[in-house]
Amino acid sequence: MRPVAIIGIGKTAFGAFPDRDLRSLAVEAGQKCLADAHVTPSQVEAYYLGNFAGPSFVGQNHLAPFIAGAMGITGVPATRFEAACASSGSAFYHAVSSVAAGLNDVVLVAGVEKMTSQTTPKVTEILAGAGDTCGEVRAGATFPALFAMIARRHMYQYGTTREQMAAVAVKNHENGAKNPQAHMRKVITMEQALKGKPISEPLTVFDCSLISDGAAAVLIAPLERAAEFTSQPVKVLGVAQTSDYVALDQKDDITTFQAVSAAAQKAYKMAGITARDIQFAEVHDCFTIAEIVAIEDLGFVKKGDGGPYTLAGCTRLTGPLPINTSGGLKAKGHPVGATGVGQICDVVMQLRGDAGERQLARHSLGLAQNLGGSGATAVVTILGAA
Amino acid sequence: MSGGVVYTETVVHAAPEQFAADAPYQLAIVSLDEGGRLTARIDGDRVVIGDRVDFLEDRNGIPFFHKA
Repeated sequence: MRPVAIIGIGKTAFGAFPDRDLRSLAVEAGQKCLADAHVTPSQVEAYYLGNFAGPSFVGQNHLAPFIAGAMGITGVPATRFEAACASSGSAFYHAVSSVAAGLNDVVLVAGVEKMTSQTTPKVTEILAGAGDTCGEVRAGATFPALFAMIARRHMYQYGTTREQMAAVAVKNHENGAKNPQAHMRKVITMEQALKGKPISEPLTVFDCSLISDGAAAVLIAPLERAAEFTSQPVKVLGVAQTSDYVALDQKDDITTFQAVSAAAQKAYKMAGITARDIQFAEVHDCFTIAEIVAIEDLGFVKKGDGGPYTLAGCTRLTGPLPINTSGGLKAKGHPVGATGVGQICDVVMQLRGDAGERQLARHSLGLAQNLGGSGATAVVTILGAA
Repeated sequence: MSGGVVYTETVVHAAPEQFAADAPYQLAIVSLDEGGRLTARIDGDRVVIGDRVDFLEDRNGIPFFHKA
């Protein structure tokens, strides 16, 4: 297998953009990415697009050639990947596979979602389509409900508290306020987070990520050719995608995502490192409890220690292991199909030293973790400064 | 199906469109006496993890349990 590098990144801001359609968001991210790597559309050998529910949200199918064509990219494989909220993480995994195997050299990988043109109950219903519609969803489960049940069980088994979960939200809002491309740039207090409107008990509105529009893109190439395009290539040291049952009631232990720990172990092995070597990470905080479970499953802390570690401030920008320096899905926003590639862009910005007010002092080895559904798809990516 | 024990639960306030009229409602994953787990609705009194529940009835394909 050939080593692979990221040679360019591009993102739209995440937010609610009533005047923007899905295609224009994806085109903006793609064009920014091509400009970042000084690559023309005719040099792109494949377009891999992550999108969860464009057909349901905006009524458009056949999305990959629809968007590629608008950028002047034709005559190449243009394919959409759907894996719930891990759609673009999955697109990235498969794009890296194709470059590593030698099938393609220059591949544009993107993610996009346009969600805010629908009402919140309708968005809730469309998102629920990522669950088991023959079982849990039919009985009335929403995604907040599934993660609320994970939270209840985590609280029962490990003593995790509402305050520890709220600390995730407070920290991610603190980081998001420093991110010019974040959906919600405002800090919140612990008291506000604890007193939010109930969504699905014990989760309040402050435990839930945002409904957003947005797009993100990265350009990849063989590491041996990276210098042709950029003076700041980023190495893809490890990447893995794994699966698990879709329904929560089919999993033995819902306080852990088996797919995440399996993907992490594979990615660490591929990179020749351990969890201890990771300096910072973007993790999939679709709900506050998900960040706590993620830092445990990635091996950063022992099972059950995620809550106390967060409340102690260890994952803040100033802590020993900064998590979600971008503001995470909680504050940066969660246009679901764009999230996986968006996280990779955020890790690349830190590695390049381009994270502005959020820039970390130690920034040579970072990780991105993207989750689909309540853990049926997981993608873990490890990136290093070249 | 007779009964089981509550493995986890939540009370849903923000419901999807088709269940808006039912909200707030309690949803639970029940560890069944005969083995396996099932996602079901709880009728009547609220339950917590570890509570015993009995199967009540099937309403439009949705299993309902209640506190034993």
